[in-house]
Amino acid sequence: MKILVCVKRVVDYNVKVRPKADGSGVETANVKMSMNPFDEIAVEESVRLKEAGTAAEVIALSMGVAQCQETLRTALAMGADRGILIESDAELQPLAAAKLIKAVVEKEQPQLVVLGKQAIDDDANQTGQMVAALLGWSQGTFASKVTVSGGAVEVAREVDAGTEVLSLKLPAVITTDLRLNDPRYVKLPNIMKAKKKPLEKLAPDALGVDITPRLTVDKVAEPAQREAGIRVADAAELVDKLKNEAQVI
Amino acid sequence: MQRESMEYDVVIVGGGPAGIAAAIRLRQLAVENDAELSVCLLEKGSEIGAHILSGAVLEPRALNELIPDWREKGAPLNTPVARDEVYLFRGPDKGVRMPKAFIPKPMHNTGNYIVSLGNVCRWLAEQAEALEVEIFPGFAAAEVVYTEAGAVAGVVTGDMGRGADGSEKDGFEPGMELRGKYTLFAEGCRGHLGKQLIEKFALDAGATPQHYGLGLKELWDIEGDQHEPGLVIHGAGWPLSESGSSGGFFLYHLENQQVSVGLIVDLSYTNPHVSPFDEFQRFKHHPVIQRYLAGGRRVAYGARAITKGGFYALPKMTLPGGLLIGCDAGTLNFSKIKGSHTAMKSGMLAAETVFAAVSQGDAGGRELTGYTERFQASWLYEELYRSRNFGPALHKWGAYGGGAFNYVDQNWFGGKLPVTVKDPTRDHEQLKPASVSKPIDYPKPDGELSFDKLSSVFLSSTNHEEDQPCHLQLKDARIPIDTNLKDYDAPEQRYCPAGVYEIVEDDQGGPSLQINAQNCVHCKTCDIKDPTQNITWVTPEGGGGPNYPNM
Repeated sequence: MKILVCVKRVVDYNVKVRPKADGSGVETANVKMSMNPFDEIAVEESVRLKEAGTAAEVIALSMGVAQCQETLRTALAMGADRGILIESDAELQPLAAAKLIKAVVEKEQPQLVVLGKQAIDDDANQTGQMVAALLGWSQGTFASKVTVSGGAVEVAREVDAGTEVLSLKLPAVITTDLRLNDPRYVKLPNIMKAKKKPLEKLAPDALGVDITPRLTVDKVAEPAQREAGIRVADAAELVDKLKNEAQVI
Repeated sequence: MQRESMEYDVVIVGGGPAGIAAAIRLRQLAVENDAELSVCLLEKGSEIGAHILSGAVLEPRALNELIPDWREKGAPLNTPVARDEVYLFRGPDKGVRMPKAFIPKPMHNTGNYIVSLGNVCRWLAEQAEALEVEIFPGFAAAEVVYTEAGAVAGVVTGDMGRGADGSEKDGFEPGMELRGKYTLFAEGCRGHLGKQLIEKFALDAGATPQHYGLGLKELWDIEGDQHEPGLVIHGAGWPLSESGSSGGFFLYHLENQQVSVGLIVDLSYTNPHVSPFDEFQRFKHHPVIQRYLAGGRRVAYGARAITKGGFYALPKMTLPGGLLIGCDAGTLNFSKIKGSHTAMKSGMLAAETVFAAVSQGDAGGRELTGYTERFQASWLYEELYRSRNFGPALHKWGAYGGGAFNYVDQNWFGGKLPVTVKDPTRDHEQLKPASVSKPIDYPKPDGELSFDKLSSVFLSSTNHEEDQPCHLQLKDARIPIDTNLKDYDAPEQRYCPAGVYEIVEDDQGGPSLQINAQNCVHCKTCDIKDPTQNITWVTPEGGGGPNYPNM
């Protein structure tokens, strides 16, 4: 079985993001970038499936600017076999990303596509679902446990009421949640090996995909500053303020 | 313990200007001479540049030698210095601008560039990788490996995945041995391996005590009409003068409407009530500084100690199997307040020495005394020699007397006045008891120009895996309370710029020291200033620490 695992290069989770001065987006100049943490879990799960003998090959896919190669090299150092980068300086929205993934799926014919449930930059939580819809495949989102057996995969997913277990027929799309696994520490020799693993570059045009954005961003702004609290003299004043000033009761 | 091991010709510890310049020079020489030479470089930060914090005004002398076509290769030296201003602050709203004629020559910056040293290092690392240097960010060199004969044979990277109690967690990866014929230590100021090596090989035997400063820095986005790219402002005096402390400040106008503003506090201060962080915050309210920052927005914060003892405090830099380079030894030129070009040059000289040895078939482990000869014949030595009295004179005679001496020495005699000024007292021995020191009442931060410590640390994007052994080790667990709190009112609460040390109430209602190691920005001040040298800074899990942007 072949697995396609998708990794996105995002602003590092340790960085305090701030909007650009003109409100057109989030400042990414001089900001540390790294692999989306949910995608790291997706890579870890894919590599574990390979180590368990379930998968024969793990292909890591990323899309975006040339520096996404670094993100792919991290996936390769974790144990993916080869990488594919769809290089584009244009903004890639979830639908465009899903269409590009579909094009690579048609080319590579994997049985399983694994992605993080969402990327921590836009928190859209759409790409995995869109890929499943475009391909007409089963989907198991927010996976906290994945078991492959024969032509099916069992996915435990976190829902509000607890855990829901789905059995999906392969091929399928899985999106990963935090509790699925703890990604491994990358070992030095594997970083060196990763530099020699194949990394193919493709262009969106060559895949015949229209990546034109369908959504426009009006404005990105910081949340309002929380104002300092005040001390009230007694319960009566509190009730008065809640009723007349805050108008919540 | 049996460890996995990898062999290189040269192992370099630290991805700052010294380490990367050494790596580049080594591989350049290998390519020029068609020789095989493997070089690896370890960096404890999550990426190159993540732990780099500097002013910075860069003198391009070493870079011109290392990569003459840096301009074509896109080096981020985008803002030439347009003009210099030097101030002496006499109080919270008083300051005099010094006439140009009275400014010591080394403080003139024409021909230099205002840069982000982090970005310069990121660019240098790209050049190094293009020359096939193996760069490993996110891996800390935790220990030195020695041969049976006692020579340095490489380093061991830190374990990954060890719990706070020392146990091995799921996914535990033991550290690896990286063995090299020669190992270059380029950890920067107060490197924790450098400190061990200086002691083990008595490298400082012929030197005066090393001196340090703590540099605090912020990056601000400012209003367009307050921005003057290329303007360099330096100065001294208030607020440090109030407590009889010394140091200096800077404000540099970078590209993209950003300014970098900072205060360097000499760690020789004597009043334990001094809080370098709070000094920095109130300093920004001075009208000379405020007029640029007002209406702007702070985007980054960080702190790092600097090695500033200079020529007389420089330890021997050679040892069997290794070399200390850059500020791991202390090559900063204090009269210029610059260490990047000197660090780079020391790395390049080390590279040339090591290459000459290894390409002649040297199997490693020797003490490369040839380095000392190269060093003494270089402009680096000449430069450090000329400024040898600069720092000690300020320590000894203060800003006025020392400043006057430096003006005469540097401008009239080119640093060649045949005198020797030395400062023999170690920084950690300077603190006076709290009972005889004047308490300092720092103003509350206003949230616009000045801020509290925790919101500042937040802007350093610092992170450490929570469940790991504490990397700030106490030799004696009782000293923080029995000595530091009792005699000095626990100065670590104040000198730490990241709020790592807190005196809290324990279960019995008594005071106890809490170490919030996750906050640590790796500045090394505690390792330097603790009055009884009870705190030892060791490397936490690789990748931890600040994630500085263009600092």
